Amino acid sequence: MQYTLLILILPLLSFILLGLVDSKWKPRVAGSIGTSVLGIVALLSYFTAWKYFSSAGFSGTYETLIPFHVEWLRFTEQLHIDLGILLDPISVMMLVVVSTVSLMVHIYSFGYMKGERGFERYYAFLSLFTFSMLGLVVATNIFQMYIFWELVGVSSYLLIGFYYTKPEAVAASKKAFIVTRFADLGFLIGILILSFYTRTFDFGILTSGDANVFAGMTGATFMGASVLSWATALIFIGGAGKSAMFPLHIWLPDAMEGPTPVSALIHAATMVVAGVYLVARLFPIYHFYTPDVLHGIAYVGAFTSLFAAVIACVQTDIKRVLAFSTISQIGYMMVSLGVSGYGGHEGLGYMASMFHLFTHAMFKALLFLGAGSIIHAVHSNEMSRMGGLRKYMPVTHITFLVACLAISGIPPFSGFFSKDEILSATMHFEPALGYLMSFTAGLTAFYMFRLYYNIFWGKEHKQEHTPHESPWAMTIPLIFLATVTVFAGFIPFGEFVSSDRKPFESELEPMVAGMSIVVALIAIFFARYMYRKENPLPDKLANTFAGLHKAASHRFYIDEVYMFITKKIIFNHVSTPIAWFDRHVIDGTMNGLATVTQWGSLKIKWFQSGRIQQYAYVILLGALIIAALVIFI
Amino acid sequence: MTGLFDNFFSGSVPLEGYIIVSLIMFFAGVYGFLSRRSLLMILISIELILNAADINFAAFNRYLYPGHMEGFFFTIFTIAISACETAVAIAIVINIYRNLNNVDVDNLQELKEPDSPEEIKK
Amino acid sequence: MNILSIFVLIPLLMMIALFFTKTRGQINFIAATGASILVILSGILTYLYLTERQAGNVAEMLFTSDVIWYAPFNIHYSVGVDGVSVAMLILTSLIVFTGVFASWRIDPMPKEFFLWFCLLSIGVYGFFISIDLFTMFMFYEIALIPMYLLIGIWGTGRKEYAAMKLTLMLMGGSAFLLVGILGIYYFSGAQSMNLLDIAANHIPLGVQHYLFPLTFMGFGVLGALFPFHTWSPDGHASAPTAVSMLHAGVLMKLGGYGAFRVAIYLMPEAAHEMAWIFLILTGISVVYGAFSAVVQTDLKYINAYSSVSHCGLVLFAILMLNETAMTGAIMQMLSHGLMTALFFALIGMIYGRTHTRLITQMGGLMKIIPFLGVSYVIAGLASLGLPGLSGFVAEMTIFVGSFQHADIFHRVLTIIAASSIVITAVYILRVVGKLLYGKVQDPHHEELTDATWWERLSVVTLIIAIVAIGSAPFWISNMIHDSLMPVMSQLMR
Repeated sequence: MQYTLLILILPLLSFILLGLVDSKWKPRVAGSIGTSVLGIVALLSYFTAWKYFSSAGFSGTYETLIPFHVEWLRFTEQLHIDLGILLDPISVMMLVVVSTVSLMVHIYSFGYMKGERGFERYYAFLSLFTFSMLGLVVATNIFQMYIFWELVGVSSYLLIGFYYTKPEAVAASKKAFIVTRFADLGFLIGILILSFYTRTFDFGILTSGDANVFAGMTGATFMGASVLSWATALIFIGGAGKSAMFPLHIWLPDAMEGPTPVSALIHAATMVVAGVYLVARLFPIYHFYTPDVLHGIAYVGAFTSLFAAVIACVQTDIKRVLAFSTISQIGYMMVSLGVSGYGGHEGLGYMASMFHLFTHAMFKALLFLGAGSIIHAVHSNEMSRMGGLRKYMPVTHITFLVACLAISGIPPFSGFFSKDEILSATMHFEPALGYLMSFTAGLTAFYMFRLYYNIFWGKEHKQEHTPHESPWAMTIPLIFLATVTVFAGFIPFGEFVSSDRKPFESELEPMVAGMSIVVALIAIFFARYMYRKENPLPDKLANTFAGLHKAASHRFYIDEVYMFITKKIIFNHVSTPIAWFDRHVIDGTMNGLATVTQWGSLKIKWFQSGRIQQYAYVILLGALIIAALVIFI
Repeated sequence: MTGLFDNFFSGSVPLEGYIIVSLIMFFAGVYGFLSRRSLLMILISIELILNAADINFAAFNRYLYPGHMEGFFFTIFTIAISACETAVAIAIVINIYRNLNNVDVDNLQELKEPDSPEEIKK
Repeated sequence: MNILSIFVLIPLLMMIALFFTKTRGQINFIAATGASILVILSGILTYLYLTERQAGNVAEMLFTSDVIWYAPFNIHYSVGVDGVSVAMLILTSLIVFTGVFASWRIDPMPKEFFLWFCLLSIGVYGFFISIDLFTMFMFYEIALIPMYLLIGIWGTGRKEYAAMKLTLMLMGGSAFLLVGILGIYYFSGAQSMNLLDIAANHIPLGVQHYLFPLTFMGFGVLGALFPFHTWSPDGHASAPTAVSMLHAGVLMKLGGYGAFRVAIYLMPEAAHEMAWIFLILTGISVVYGAFSAVVQTDLKYINAYSSVSHCGLVLFAILMLNETAMTGAIMQMLSHGLMTALFFALIGMIYGRTHTRLITQMGGLMKIIPFLGVSYVIAGLASLGLPGLSGFVAEMTIFVGSFQHADIFHRVLTIIAASSIVITAVYILRVVGKLLYGKVQDPHHEELTDATWWERLSVVTLIIAIVAIGSAPFWISNMIHDSLMPVMSQLMR
């Protein structure tokens, strides 16, 4: 399966080519190159997936294949960074997700970014991102993952800051990079600790479940916790940064300043699930050696999920609502991984998490692209500027509705199946957590339909010119993704992805499924009642719970806390004093030495007065003294 | 003529006499050199020091190496050089006088560095 | 003739030729020709070196040559290179080459400028090829003196102050160094000042305790060791573009190279015992430089503090005394040399257009001068350690290497030093955001023109080198790694 290398190399070449020609070619040419490359990559990914799942199924378990592998940089005899391609069920699944969504975004951008300054640059960055993300998912070792982890971070930075003349975009890109960089530091330290004890970066060895690998770490503790727990917790911090887990989520809502297709690709479907993927990749370590950390991940995920859902209910910017919704849904995936066991039905959570990753990528990309289509029509992100759009934009309306139903968990749309499995896995682990997640599912349905009714129903807002349906380049991806969303739920996912790589049948639990459908429907009807027609209830509710509403719409002041820490503490109370110290104390000491030297030389300068008579007098005195000494002693 | 010289040197004037004279001349010169502010007086003091040295030359030559003449030659040589030196010095003094309208050494500070850092910065 | 001596000879010939030039065209022609020859020569040297090694030549130093220079004191002119020096020679050649193009329109007195510039390169080349302590020291001094004139005459801002400060502090360092070197020679009882001879002898441990700090600090001043780093911000800020490039790019590496070659190699026992003191100091350098850079507003100051931080990492890794970390240190010298030179070149070019270096007075330049803007972003990304560019490779080698230390003290220090990558991101993105993005601050900036061909040549050369090291690090990493064996065996002794 050597040809899988092409999946990586083609986008890289496309990036280099488009980056070098810059604006010398016509935008259409540059866009076509990027898109056709992605088309080939997507086809290759589908082919790989087909080959992998059809050929590997016979032995009963899916094998790990490494079709390509080179040593890139050698540190010591055992520790070396290799670059390679690793195929196993989750990486193949991710290949499909990334290349599909990326291809859709490439096509969509033809319409959405038409006439933008820097069209070629945009496609170059998209290629760079696709390359990095694909490299991340096929990483054979943890350091390769780190390398591509950084690269996706940079592509995300470049794409968020695509409109670089807009100060908000610049600030958002900076924030995204620095927050994730901070998390990456945790990741790096985690890697260092892990590799110090295990003497390897290789996923194959790390996740083999062989206790000898971690033999060096037994008994090693640091501040009360085992070193291995520290390592895995730190690695999770890296994942939490990329996947916007509380409290490192603050960059994601701001990242919506980037072009909308970018939000769909990077900040909804692919890059933000890298953290989930990382935990899934290292799942055996978490499960067998540090279950405490794994449970911690579940609780972090659950809290984030609820927290983000609450905020999403009161945001007015449609992209922000979707961003918080993304955070909330990733929280679901984390919970699901956190509560999962290993093997067979115990590993339902693991499989559900990956399934939800897959379905979520499709319907969330669809939601973002739909939102992009709306923004394209009304030139605003604010919900208040929309309303009654269903008449003007039929395709967008239908596809958006499909996605809303999917995320709310209404059968037979894909989100229902994956979310239901997550809920039943959580129920098995801890019923309280299960009810919490069901409640969050209700919130999800509520805010999604609040969005839906506000955009497509409700009072029509007076537009400067009549909104119209988007061009075909934008509607085709919508229709495609909507089709996937409708049918993806029927994929027997357990056949392909499971914690121990053995196919298993997962079946619906009627109790859990029934409850989640009821909750979702209630939430939807509530939203319909509140937002379909003009209704004073939302304002009344907002006034009744004024404190909560205000706090939620300010995102619970987490951003303010961060601003306080960065601006006030780091900037004003660390960096400024250090710079002052440098200029005044250290430099002052050096200047002080110079001043003392100068002062000293001035003090003894009278000695060299230039008066010959004075010199002669001193000579005479000296001669007399020496003579006296010679004579009398 | 020889008799006169013989009487003169035959013990009536001891070496110490010459040395005392030259010592007084020398220290008078040194004192003048150190204390006077006028260039002319300093020049005269230098002449005194030189002449004190000349006397010593002549006296020591006579007492230590009677019959040899090197000391006397050297004295004459020194006198000639000091004459030249005086001529040059007087020329300098005259030039200084033309520039400054006096010949006081304390006023000759044109080439000197200023005394304090404030002045340096100017 | 020995190939290594040609490195010193070419700048010398350039100086002679420059004496007879009259027009700017002739001056530039000679400078460009000489610099190109040097680049080609370093390529040839690398090739020859690698083929020799391939052929199984395991001598510690290759291409050695030895001429008695002053017999009474056993001073020889002896040269030789290993992988580390080859890497440094490549770096020097690239930076001299790009420096020449960055000063294509230097004003006033181009002829004198290039004369001193050539003298400076003689010093640097000589230092890297020498294996005789005294010759090494002499070339070191040769490199220092032209700096004073280059900054004092062609600099900007408080140039006299900066030039004086830089020269005096570095001279102070070299005073320590001279005592150290003479002490090493005397107490080792070797028959010459040749490094290899001295290494074969043993310096008594009691003496090492005095000589190690002297030598390490002497070189450390040049490597911006805290608290002797303050010459660097002022010096770099005032120096003309090409001098900043050469100084931050190569001269600061003399410090790291010297500390490695003389202090650690010749006095391994003391290095083991006293490393912790300097590790703390360099650890401070790393974090402290990064934090200081966060609040600066002058582009050159930001970069100078960033250099303090990155060069601190070089000395930090050297002191870890293990193979991987030291390989990382040498890679970091190479990588930092290239990217800081790129930074200073770009800052010089931007300053030449906007006549200000304060980031508060600039903005939105990306739109107006896209070539310089994009290059600045690339330099920034290299500096904050983006994979695929040289900074990542070097820093990761350092962190992984340092973390292999058995002692928990060293590992904790490594984590502290690693935290600088976050702070680096903060100041780099702050500058990029303010300088290149956003709205154009000054309406006059709307009419700026983008880079000229000589500027492009200089910038592109550096970027290619950075990308090459960053994406294919193995060959250079292996070359350096193999050359560390003698040092490691000294340390094991």
